[in-house]
Amino acid sequence: MTDMSAPGNPTFRPSMLIYDRRYRSMTFQVIVFILVMALAWWLVNNTVRNLAALGKDFNFSFLWSRAGYDIPQTPIPYTSDDTHFRAAVVGLLNTLIVSILGCIAATFVGIIAGVARLSNNWLIARLMTVYVEAFRNVPLLLWILIVFAIFTEVMPPPNAFRGDDPTASMILFDHVALTNRYTAIPTLAMTNDPGSLDLGARITFNWATIAFVAVLIGGWFVRRMIGAWAQRVQDQTGSRPTTWWMSLAVMTVPSLLLIWYFGLHMVPPELRGFNFTGGLNVQNGLVALWLALTLYTGAFIAEIVRAGILAVSRGQSEAAFALGLRPGRTMNLVILPQALRVIIPPLISQYLNLTKNSSLAIAVGYMDIKGTLGGTTLNQTGRELEAILLMMGVYLTLSLIISAGMNIFNSRVKLKER
Amino acid sequence: MKTSIFLGTVAATTLMAGAGMADTLADVKARGELNCGVNTGLVGFAAPDANGNWTGFDVDICKAVAAAVLGDPTKVKYVPTTGQTRFTALSSGEVDLLARNSTWTFSRDTDLKLDFVGVNYYDGQGFMVRKDLGVTSAKELDGATVCIQTGTTTELNLADYFKANNMSYQPVNIDSNAEGEQQYMAGACDAYTTDASGLAATRAAFADPENHIILPEIISKEPLGPAVRHGDNNWGDIVRWTLYALIAAEEYGITSANVEELATSSQNPEVQRLLGVTDELGAMIGLDKDWAKRAIMASGNYGEIFAANIGEQTPIGLARGLNAQWTQGGLMYAMPFR
Repeated sequence: MTDMSAPGNPTFRPSMLIYDRRYRSMTFQVIVFILVMALAWWLVNNTVRNLAALGKDFNFSFLWSRAGYDIPQTPIPYTSDDTHFRAAVVGLLNTLIVSILGCIAATFVGIIAGVARLSNNWLIARLMTVYVEAFRNVPLLLWILIVFAIFTEVMPPPNAFRGDDPTASMILFDHVALTNRYTAIPTLAMTNDPGSLDLGARITFNWATIAFVAVLIGGWFVRRMIGAWAQRVQDQTGSRPTTWWMSLAVMTVPSLLLIWYFGLHMVPPELRGFNFTGGLNVQNGLVALWLALTLYTGAFIAEIVRAGILAVSRGQSEAAFALGLRPGRTMNLVILPQALRVIIPPLISQYLNLTKNSSLAIAVGYMDIKGTLGGTTLNQTGRELEAILLMMGVYLTLSLIISAGMNIFNSRVKLKER
Repeated sequence: MKTSIFLGTVAATTLMAGAGMADTLADVKARGELNCGVNTGLVGFAAPDANGNWTGFDVDICKAVAAAVLGDPTKVKYVPTTGQTRFTALSSGEVDLLARNSTWTFSRDTDLKLDFVGVNYYDGQGFMVRKDLGVTSAKELDGATVCIQTGTTTELNLADYFKANNMSYQPVNIDSNAEGEQQYMAGACDAYTTDASGLAATRAAFADPENHIILPEIISKEPLGPAVRHGDNNWGDIVRWTLYALIAAEEYGITSANVEELATSSQNPEVQRLLGVTDELGAMIGLDKDWAKRAIMASGNYGEIFAANIGEQTPIGLARGLNAQWTQGGLMYAMPFR
């Protein structure tokens, strides 16, 4: 008997790392990994050494020193005596405000424009085409600047509202004043203020706000229970009970009771001194940024919605029509639920884009995180690397959170393959 | 795509390595050109004219340094910088010298690793308002909307001033002087605040300067001066003594017109040392003996530069005030050339 080693198990020689196909790919992966790591180490090392050569260290202690500057819009209490960290948080909240408002509005605009572009009405369809093409093909920064310029140049200054014969007047029963600095809107006040929940760090939530949120969430759950009950009755008896008045009641009556209990009322803005006071002054920077982001992203979302609807085969709508469904119900019950599967994934990236694009805010003086942490703080402290890294971390975290949330939503609406 | 970004980063980091340990004088000489950081456009201090030539009070400092170092006041590359980018431009090595009405403060001198070599304009922060607003004092600005450039000392002074006087205000953050002008003219803010000299320069560019007033309150000290990177002391000395040479020249009556004549005829030993007739002061800072003479010839002495760009005969119309020579009751005081 001749001695033969098993065919799949030859003795290992180093040259096999290159000539043997079983090992070759692994060899190259290890080499590339080592090279990438070496390059990364070299970059970090180079940066650290160069910072040292410039006499700069790398630390984040500047975040705890006094900021010393004021911010026009502060969702949480902030004065110039607060720290740079708090200024960064204020900036982050401003970013979130404009991003969330923008995402909501852009979705509405996008869905309406996308559906309307497919309309059989020639004029509406063409108008939407013009809107989509105009906004998609001009840089966002220009839209932000032009919207802001319109507000600044066209609206009257606050002192135009002064005097016996003012050149400008408030609208909506003297409740809203459009000026070239801000839109003054009424604020809400209570005669029976329940006080606030103190979360520390001077962040407070009014108990009334908490009560309203609790009542709304509770109402939503009760509404779902009513719906489930109606479904059960329909399954058993074949006829569905009328529930719309119950749903309406659980959603509104508790809120109305709370409004009555707290004595909630509106305080209209009033021109005193240089500016309107008493009400809430919504800066033009925020409105311009929000409007521009909404219209710009809305144009992209419109195209996504249109693509999603077109992806649903024509047979589906023909079948729905054959069953006697009207066009509106066909859209709501047959086409949109299927189109959503195609729409949601690209919609996620539009939300991410909008959030990241909000960093153009400083162009209109809106102090988002790029304006506070990446603007004034960076400048006053000279900590470029730290501030930029922090901002990158914040935007990355925000994007990942949006992405995760939308992915969960997507997995709920996507086609269930069984 | 990924590779190119990667290589770009590598290149950028390597470039930074160069800036850290450079000998600026040798670099400037090898380049044959001085990179000078200036304002993006502030009439009288630094602004390009109709032909694209930079002129102004700060620009003349650049010219004097270029003349002293390179022998030619035109060998300057002007790099426009905003309030936000100026210090990064300097510390990254993009400019050799920052002559951009920047305030000398403790933290900039120490923590930002800059060296302010002197003061070429003693300024203070003021407010400009429309005349028809009826405001005559900054104390009456309670509740006003104020336009303010971000990243400046004025932003901090503004917060401090209103706080100290127990007043409130609404800031409108802007990025550059041009944007501030536009917002102020549109009435988006009641008052515009920056250094008083900057206000005068901004107002001079208006179509109706007579309808705007600069309020009497000066709320801060703003010593403006040229800055260099920390750590290259020889280069700092060159810029510092070029500035002193211009100031001393005014004190001793040396002008761009008579500098050649005085170099041969003056019997004043200080003038002789300054102009390189006796002693070799230039060699001590790595230059030749005529360095100061060329600096003065570039645009004249300090008084000439002031009068030509921002003085009372110009549209900006600033009085010398604190910026007069010490012999005239001002603060301009050149250290002895000895």
